[in-house]
Amino acid sequence: MAQTITEKILAAHSDREEAKPGQLIKARIDLCLGNDVTAPIAIKEYQKAGADQVFDPSRIALVLDHFTPNKDIDSAQQCAQVRFFARDHQIEHFYDVGQMGVEHALLPEQGLVLPGDCVIGADSHTCTYGALGAFSTGVGSTDLAAAMITGQAWFKVPEQMRFIYNGKRGKWFGGKDIILFTIGKIGVDGALYRTMNFTGPVIRELPMDDRLALCNMAIEAGAKNGVIEPDEITKEYIKTRAKREYKLYESDSNALYVATYEWDITGMEPQVAFPHLPSNSKPVSRAKEIKIDQAFIGSCTNGRISDLRDAAEILKGNRVDRNVRCIVIPATQEIYRQAMKEGLFDIFLDAGCAVSTPTCGPCLGGHMGILAEGERCIATSNRNFVGRMGHVKSEVYLSNAAVAAASAVTGRITHPEEVAK
Amino acid sequence: MKLKGKSFKYGDNVNTDEIIPARYLNSSDPDFLASHCMEDIDPDFVKEKNAGDIIVARKNFGCGSSREHAPIAIKAAEISCVIADSFARIFYRNAINTGLPIIESPDAAADIQKGDELEVDLDGGTIKNLRTKKTFSFEPMPPFAQEIIQAGGLMKYVMKDKQE
Ligand code: SF4
Repeated sequence: MAQTITEKILAAHSDREEAKPGQLIKARIDLCLGNDVTAPIAIKEYQKAGADQVFDPSRIALVLDHFTPNKDIDSAQQCAQVRFFARDHQIEHFYDVGQMGVEHALLPEQGLVLPGDCVIGADSHTCTYGALGAFSTGVGSTDLAAAMITGQAWFKVPEQMRFIYNGKRGKWFGGKDIILFTIGKIGVDGALYRTMNFTGPVIRELPMDDRLALCNMAIEAGAKNGVIEPDEITKEYIKTRAKREYKLYESDSNALYVATYEWDITGMEPQVAFPHLPSNSKPVSRAKEIKIDQAFIGSCTNGRISDLRDAAEILKGNRVDRNVRCIVIPATQEIYRQAMKEGLFDIFLDAGCAVSTPTCGPCLGGHMGILAEGERCIATSNRNFVGRMGHVKSEVYLSNAAVAAASAVTGRITHPEEVAK
Repeated sequence: MKLKGKSFKYGDNVNTDEIIPARYLNSSDPDFLASHCMEDIDPDFVKEKNAGDIIVARKNFGCGSSREHAPIAIKAAEISCVIADSFARIFYRNAINTGLPIIESPDAAADIQKGDELEVDLDGGTIKNLRTKKTFSFEPMPPFAQEIIQAGGLMKYVMKDKQE
């Protein structure tokens, strides 16, 4: 039977010829992930079950990224718990302050996830790695605990949806804009329990950083996973990173999809998602009277080097509006160093931005930029739910990095063209 | 299993930040989490709820993050089950793994209003609204989910499987 890339990966990891939507399967996993919020619960479950050995210490990644460097005593306790567990079990891929980055930027960068992998993470944005041609999905802490013991996870094979993008992408229209547009069309449950297959000429030319941002937000449409077929861009990305074997899967041309959407993106403006759902997306020009108090450039969606370059291109020679705080958080140590080398920090500092060490920080309202009552933030992160970044009466608008930077300069939501020199 | 309680009613897309805000995720203590359950969407919830009460919502309940703190908070708040049109997938998974009964029933979710007295028969697959006197039937959970629940949660299921 003709199959998609997701069906093939799930079949291969459960030793069967094919995996059909609706089937319940037990699959081997290549990597499982936890962070400082979800791993403590997984560790508790692991210990409660009386386990004392993990299935493979080289196949578990533990990343302390949410409330780190620790924001208070409770988060310090949680991190300590994960640290001891990692030490006790000789977890190879344990990332503490000084090496860590935001998990979904860090794992692909470090070559820990590769094409053809089957990956679970106790974090909803684990779907990011579909950008590399992997099957990758978010689960809960108990699933992580079970996977750490058995190296396996249960899945219901998801139904397949296809999204085809044609046309020519504008300069300031990237992976983030594609996904905000798409969620705006299908809604926050438009792909519930399903796979989003992203394809078409626009995707074939989309750089890896944009692909990662695109797949990162598949969960915001309710999807189980999002995936892009691996190609030359994928191979180029993993060339220097892969330290183990991997497999490039393709979807069969006659594979079955429960729905297909096709759009032409020629001439589309950058997108902004209004509060309080990622599906409230509109072209940026429809947001132009909206004043902001803060701009946040970072997170697992858009804290990568190309995002920082976009922001720097806008901020160069400009000043952040005096009524705006602009916070820039490179997603990993490597991105941080690269940005520094390229002189981007000088541009940010000259413009009046604050630049932080890698952390999730304000994305989930943890620390490093919490909003007060009535405040508005334009953010490059992925969620704008009520209270996500602070006070319940604060507001978050989602955009790409160039829009966030341009808005920081003018003090209101702004098309990058207006500010770019 | 038969459940009885009064309903708390919410709309579409109740997300995990509303069920338990991220600012409380520096703890995984169930009672602490329960004391902040639904805080940003319904500040009175914690004061008004009684043991056995039922949360009812519309589409896509539990969307957002993968935090198991969400079903843990609801369970520790002594809510006996959640009824909704549909659930976000990680929440659905987490509810099974932590043993929080959840029911997909768009018809019941449309009929029930805040404060209605409900009777739920989990095995029989029925929901009765004592105010409107209507009864709704629902699909029991898929067999694999029932196996996990019968084993007492995913971890017990896994350890049993491992020993065999
Ligand atoms: S940056 Fe935000 S969305 Fe990404 S892992 Fe961290 S908290 Fe989650």
